[in-house]
Amino acid sequence: MPTQSSFVTPATPMRAYASTADLAISPPSHREASDRARAVASPKDLRTEPAPVRFVIIALAVTFLTVFVVLPLVVVFASAFSKGISAYFSALAEPEALSAIRLTLLVAAISVALNLVFGVIAAWAIAKFEFRGKTFLITLIDLPFSVSPVISGLVFVLLFGAQGYWGTWLQANNIHILFAVPGITLATIFVTFPFVARSLIPLMQEQGTQEEEAAISLGASGLQTFFRVTLPNIKWGLLYGVLLCNARAMGEFGAVSVVSGHIRGETNTMPLLVEILYNEYQFVASFAIASLLAMLALITLVVKTVLEQRLDEGQTPRDDPRDH
Amino acid sequence: MSTAVARRSSLPGFGLTMGLTLTWLSVIILIPLAGLFLKTFELSPAQFWEILTSRRTLNALKISFGLSFAAACVNLVMGTIIVWALVRYRFPGRRLFDAIVDIPFALPTAVAGVALTQLFATKGWLGAPLAELGIKVAFTPIGIFIAMVFIGIPFVVRTVQPVLIDLDPEIEEAAASLGANRWHTVFRVILPSLIPALLTGFALAFARAVGEYGSVIFIAGNLPNVSEIAPLLIVIRLSEFRYADATAIAVIMLLASFLIILVVNRLQRWAQARIPVH
Repeated sequence: MPTQSSFVTPATPMRAYASTADLAISPPSHREASDRARAVASPKDLRTEPAPVRFVIIALAVTFLTVFVVLPLVVVFASAFSKGISAYFSALAEPEALSAIRLTLLVAAISVALNLVFGVIAAWAIAKFEFRGKTFLITLIDLPFSVSPVISGLVFVLLFGAQGYWGTWLQANNIHILFAVPGITLATIFVTFPFVARSLIPLMQEQGTQEEEAAISLGASGLQTFFRVTLPNIKWGLLYGVLLCNARAMGEFGAVSVVSGHIRGETNTMPLLVEILYNEYQFVASFAIASLLAMLALITLVVKTVLEQRLDEGQTPRDDPRDH
Repeated sequence: MSTAVARRSSLPGFGLTMGLTLTWLSVIILIPLAGLFLKTFELSPAQFWEILTSRRTLNALKISFGLSFAAACVNLVMGTIIVWALVRYRFPGRRLFDAIVDIPFALPTAVAGVALTQLFATKGWLGAPLAELGIKVAFTPIGIFIAMVFIGIPFVVRTVQPVLIDLDPEIEEAAASLGANRWHTVFRVILPSLIPALLTGFALAFARAVGEYGSVIFIAGNLPNVSEIAPLLIVIRLSEFRYADATAIAVIMLLASFLIILVVNRLQRWAQARIPVH
């Protein structure tokens, strides 16, 4: 009977076997585990489609991801090495490239450090206490995720620019914020603001306050409690937030582009240099810098996957797409 | 919020941490954003209206919102297909493709922009065969659309994935054992329960595409009225020192994204209300 066939998966026993074997080799993540339990549990699988349909869906998914996601990534490295390895490394050794790398590292270090400290402070206030307006406060912390990068830069131009609110005063006192490192850093802090707090809040809420209350009642001070009790509990979540914060800080383009002024060798970060070189048809040089950023993205993804597994072992915050 | 009182106050540090949080939030986020809104009040309503209804602004907004909507629709359909393949099927490289979905999140936008341009330029790997078919992607609105599809795909996948995984298998089995064929079960039982997540993913992908700058501007061509997106027009107005114009466009875009946040929050409350009690 043709209709009957859709209820039967021909490969059910093999799939179940493969799943359990898999299970033994690698520690499964939370979602995979429940997935597998189900695949093993239902003896007669009513929950799948006929083989041709399955094939078409898998083919569509794989083709789409290959064309739209894998190919662009491959193009970056192919173009970077298109004139050979020596051209690649000499492009990276250019003084302009080196100064962009230095600036990117400096700006990321400052922004990540500040967002780390304030993210932990905000997560403590929000996760460990009950107060009115908590949801609203979280929405405010999330705001930068929904603001266009260009607008994130624009707001600082309006404050510190020549025609901005404090522009004349800054000029009179010879303080440079816009088209200088402070402006680039401010814009970067703005766009990366939510990462640390957002990865800690759900984790700390789940962990509750009992352990900390016990520490306090045994006579520990607030700071001792934080460093000896809370911090060990949240270390993976904290690292997760810092990782994503850093990736965004180093890769930010729109916001930084608006406040940087593109002064060569001075206020160009790596993403800005990618743009400038590309527009000058220096493709190898442009993609060489781009390849460094692409490698950063790949390393970030690998470490993120490892951290997610660590977090899953102790129940995690769900991966919120807006965190990126 | 300064009047907020901690009810469970056996832990120390509420006043201090809340104070620091609100200060930092104000300095970095609230004051700069308030400055943007204040700046628009320097314009008369007539001036504000004139900027927004100028041909170039209207076209830029139309291009940004229209193409973002189209891209989000593609993301909705392809995202559902990808989620289905990743969650329900086992195939070689599944874990790798699952990880790959995050690349548009992780890849800096400027890198994505130059890579997509290189790929779809008339001499590029994909641009060359498409050019032979008479389709020009790079430096046309199609290019903008492609970049927006790229940037939006993880939003739908990552929003729907956990919901599809947690879906109670008994509902499907019940539907099937009551005689529904697979087609009916999928379209009448499974997909309807994914609707809040699907719409959330759609809204997030749309919002991201509307504000997107880095991955779009390289491939866009940036011809006024044809392939110029709203964020780029803001940058252009700023470089011409026409702050008022830049601000007016920014405020409209900001209001649109606030509206989307509101919709997403509603959708998530709806989704929460629909989760059956286990």
